[in-house]
Amino acid sequence: MDNEYILEMKGITKQFSNVEVLHQVDFKIKKGEVHALMGENGAGKSTLIKILTGVYTKDAGQVFFNGEEIHPSSTLEAQQLGISPIYQEISLIPQLSVAENIFISREIKKKGFIDWKEIYKKAEEILKDLGINIDVRKPLRSYGTAIQQMVAIARSIMINSKMVIMDEATSSLDDDEVQILFNIIRKLKSQGISILFISHRLPEIFEISDSITILKDGSLVGEYPTSSLSRTELVSKMIGRNAEDVVNYKRTNRQIKDEYYLRAKSIKSGVKLRGINLDIRKGEVVGLAGLLGAGRTELARVLFGIDHKDSGSIEINGKEISFKLPREAIKYGIAFCSEDRKVEGIIPNMTVAENLCITNMKKVSYFGVINKRKCSSIAEEFVKKLRIKTPSIAQNIKNLSGGNQQKVILARWLSMEPDFIILDEPTRGIDVGAKKEIEDLIRQMSSQGISILLISSEFEELVRNCDRIVVLRDGMNAGILDGNDISEDKIMNLIANGNMAVGGN
Amino acid sequence: MDQIKKLQAGELFRKYGALIVLIIMLLINAVITPNFVHINTMWNVLIQAFCVLVISMGMTFVIATGGIDISVGSTMAISSIIFAKLLIEMECSFFVSILAALLAACIFGAFNGVLIGVFNFQPIVATLILMISGRGIAQQFNNGAVISFYGNKYSDIGTYRIGGLVPIQVIIVILIIAIALFLAKNTTFGLYVQSIGDNSTASKLVGIRTTAIIVMTYILCAFLAGFAASLETLRICSADPNNIGNNMELDCIAAVAIGGTPMSGGKTIIWGTVVGALVMQLITTMMNMNNIFYAYALVIKSAIIIIALYLQKEKTQ
Amino acid sequence: MIRAKLKGNGAWLAVAILVIIPAIVFKEKFFSLTNLLNVLRQSSMIGLISIGMTCVIITAGIDLSVGATVALSAVIAAMLTSRSIVLAIFIPLVIGVTIGLINGVIITKLKVVPFIATLAVQMAVRGIAYIITDLKSVAVAEDALPFIFIGRGYLFGIPVPIIILVIAAVIMIMTCKRTTFGRSLYAIGGNEDAARKMGLRVDRNIILVYILTGLFSALAGIILCSRLGAGQPVSGSGWEMDSISSVAIGGTLLTGGVGSIEKTMAGILITTLIGNIINLQGDINSYVQKIIMGAIVLVVILVQKRTMEKEN
Repeated sequence: MDNEYILEMKGITKQFSNVEVLHQVDFKIKKGEVHALMGENGAGKSTLIKILTGVYTKDAGQVFFNGEEIHPSSTLEAQQLGISPIYQEISLIPQLSVAENIFISREIKKKGFIDWKEIYKKAEEILKDLGINIDVRKPLRSYGTAIQQMVAIARSIMINSKMVIMDEATSSLDDDEVQILFNIIRKLKSQGISILFISHRLPEIFEISDSITILKDGSLVGEYPTSSLSRTELVSKMIGRNAEDVVNYKRTNRQIKDEYYLRAKSIKSGVKLRGINLDIRKGEVVGLAGLLGAGRTELARVLFGIDHKDSGSIEINGKEISFKLPREAIKYGIAFCSEDRKVEGIIPNMTVAENLCITNMKKVSYFGVINKRKCSSIAEEFVKKLRIKTPSIAQNIKNLSGGNQQKVILARWLSMEPDFIILDEPTRGIDVGAKKEIEDLIRQMSSQGISILLISSEFEELVRNCDRIVVLRDGMNAGILDGNDISEDKIMNLIANGNMAVGGN
Repeated sequence: MDQIKKLQAGELFRKYGALIVLIIMLLINAVITPNFVHINTMWNVLIQAFCVLVISMGMTFVIATGGIDISVGSTMAISSIIFAKLLIEMECSFFVSILAALLAACIFGAFNGVLIGVFNFQPIVATLILMISGRGIAQQFNNGAVISFYGNKYSDIGTYRIGGLVPIQVIIVILIIAIALFLAKNTTFGLYVQSIGDNSTASKLVGIRTTAIIVMTYILCAFLAGFAASLETLRICSADPNNIGNNMELDCIAAVAIGGTPMSGGKTIIWGTVVGALVMQLITTMMNMNNIFYAYALVIKSAIIIIALYLQKEKTQ
Repeated sequence: MIRAKLKGNGAWLAVAILVIIPAIVFKEKFFSLTNLLNVLRQSSMIGLISIGMTCVIITAGIDLSVGATVALSAVIAAMLTSRSIVLAIFIPLVIGVTIGLINGVIITKLKVVPFIATLAVQMAVRGIAYIITDLKSVAVAEDALPFIFIGRGYLFGIPVPIIILVIAAVIMIMTCKRTTFGRSLYAIGGNEDAARKMGLRVDRNIILVYILTGLFSALAGIILCSRLGAGQPVSGSGWEMDSISSVAIGGTLLTGGVGSIEKTMAGILITTLIGNIINLQGDINSYVQKIIMGAIVLVVILVQKRTMEKEN
């Protein structure tokens, strides 16, 4: 009995300044199982994890790990007990070598000094076990996110963890990389290591997890074997209402005039873009599908003038243009919502109003002097229109939830009345409710005649929202799906096999 | 309830820590320092703090971009010596002399700004270059010699009192503070500066000319250094390239920090900087008026800096 | 292979050039042993400070209090020479450690950024040095010969300060490369938050690194006092900037996480050799020397940027 569960959390309660964020939550994980923890943002997932890893202390309840009651007071202590978190933002040191990142703080020593030879050898072995062959002496930053994530996992294996927590670990991985990660998870599982898995991507949950615990508003909704839940049921339980409309929606076919807004021909840039064609009509929502590295974001960055094309041509409204800087693209009425909201989107310590008006200073200023009243009224207008949840427009944007931050950024671009918006993963890391609102917004914008390029790793999202989907593969067009042709299967098929007959355009 | 009260007190300190320290200092002085409560004492404090006040206005903007400028002392030296050399030795007109001094300062600022904005130098290293070389240039300019001009026709300008009452520096400093406040609060420049300091990548993507703004900020800071140096030269009737502005960078940075502008950038708290500069000057004045060895002022300033920053630190979590 | 070795060692390449060219131009004058040792002895004090400064900068910190620490330890050493030579060495070192401890605690516990924290401590330490001496120079006791030996003496024909510098450098290079403490400095500078999560003792190690810098600064103060035969309260002013520029010239990034003591040693040699060449030249005054120093920082950083861009 005492051996069945690696982790048992009982009656966990936690308050922050008189607001209860966790109420009597029970949470159990069996040995060697992959257990998903689900819930919308604010449901209490991260608070629970932080209590488990010693970042916060609980107000009430008990935590048993491996049969013994524990009270970790720091991440370090939790790690020593065998609980290893792998974070969304990779918590490693980019400047240090791969091997050192695996071994730092528990180096192999000889006569009191670090034995580098042995460390390099061991690091290579551990990674080889995970199916990764890389030069462990190179600095970590010379590798991509996926490899860095694997290194983080290797580190947690090295420190003999009994339970690995993967908090949105897949959010920056492409499908192939996710599969590599899942293989590793399966390997860990077979070694009896438990995995606590958190992800916003539902298909992943169903693919990898054995059981699911759902939280809502700080309380336990229930624990279920994954096989007993359907996707719709899961979402319903998470958001507490029937979710049919969220999951099963497909864009109805629309008639779009053959009036092209943008025509890009054989865009080449570096090794990532190897001749891509892209046409977007006025008011059309074009989806850009493909694996990470297929050239989706890279193409967007060229269109917006962040990166530059080596060859090819871009026509906007029939006029050939070439942007050297984002500001030139902005002047042309182009907006770009980056996939990395934190780094490339929000200006964290500035207010909602300032974040909203900053692209639009020409409109609200006169000879460099800001008309604050005008700025506020624009902000108020958009907060209302987009139903942005914020105490006031004077609130710093960093205090808003991810979904609301994203809405402010969308409002930022909408306020300049753009002709064309590029949305790169607009719903990443956003809870289901806000996701729906953003998707509604996409439809609204397009019906107002704004052309939209939607980049997303979630095929369902593309299927739900796009008039046309352009599939990229290895920096080239793999095919185009139109109207009734649009389906997840067909996108998948194009990514896997390509289809030059359609892709010839 | 008690907890809420505590929270509010903490919030009060965090926001107005520097101001509270200033008020306490004023009260203490009013009681212990003889002749402190006198209009001339106030003028003196402002005149003494003139350079730090003026330059730290520029420094606040520089720090708000996430940068730092440790070359302001050297910039003062070059402006001061050029101003005096042209005005006194070469007998150029007042207008030409001050223009040349300001131009030299702006060139220094542009040099810093270009290294940082265009070549992506770390600000402290970039401005270290002129901190070392700039003073060398100023000294070489007049072979290290001091230019004095007591009893000259210009020697009364710096001590001029408007209406025989208000020192010219006081009026100028108030004007500059007002302009800085306006720049920070009401202009796109002020907004962009904070935006760049807060998130430079995102700033670029929303179409801000980040490089131009950064260069402008360093030019502004250097311009103010040159301006302060020229006026200071007029007031003391001498230009000493070896000593003018020594440690000025540290005083200004300390004033900005005490005022609550975070060193990581993203905020311009102008009034805070003003309070910071005044606190520092009050300590010195207090020591002088009580005939205490000025070294004690250093120790007290040190403690005040730490206390002010501790009170204002953002609560984590 | 040679290319790979040269990569990232640009500073040492510059040192080689700075030795070879003047050796050809000035011949014996430059290459004489006395000149070389003089060059090195000049470097030893800034060198010692820069060892600590490098470690601090690797953690993405900075220490502006080193110059003041030199002054305070120098005057206290001078004051104590008349009583006990052991104390004259020991007490200043304790004071250096204490100053470092204060820096470290203010930075880690009060969470004041290093630039401001050490700036404030710098003021206080300098103030104390002024107060206890009343701004007057303090002479070393005439009979304190062993104390004088530290700064002026020779061991095996090599000036003692150089020996101290070399020993300190070797110990610290080993520490940085092959101990958990040393590696943790890089981790802290690279990503402090991650370092914490990895279980490194971040606060303790940051405090330790400022203590080390305080210790080395005090040592430099003792050497200075011994060389001059007096402790001067105004000494060491501006040394923090000299030290920081040597670190930067060597190629340690002020953003933290990247750099090494070897590089800084090369940086020290570059600045000293250039100073020496200017002196041998004879007709260049100290003002121009400053201008040239600044220009060198500029050139070195520009070259670094170039090579780093190429590597990426």
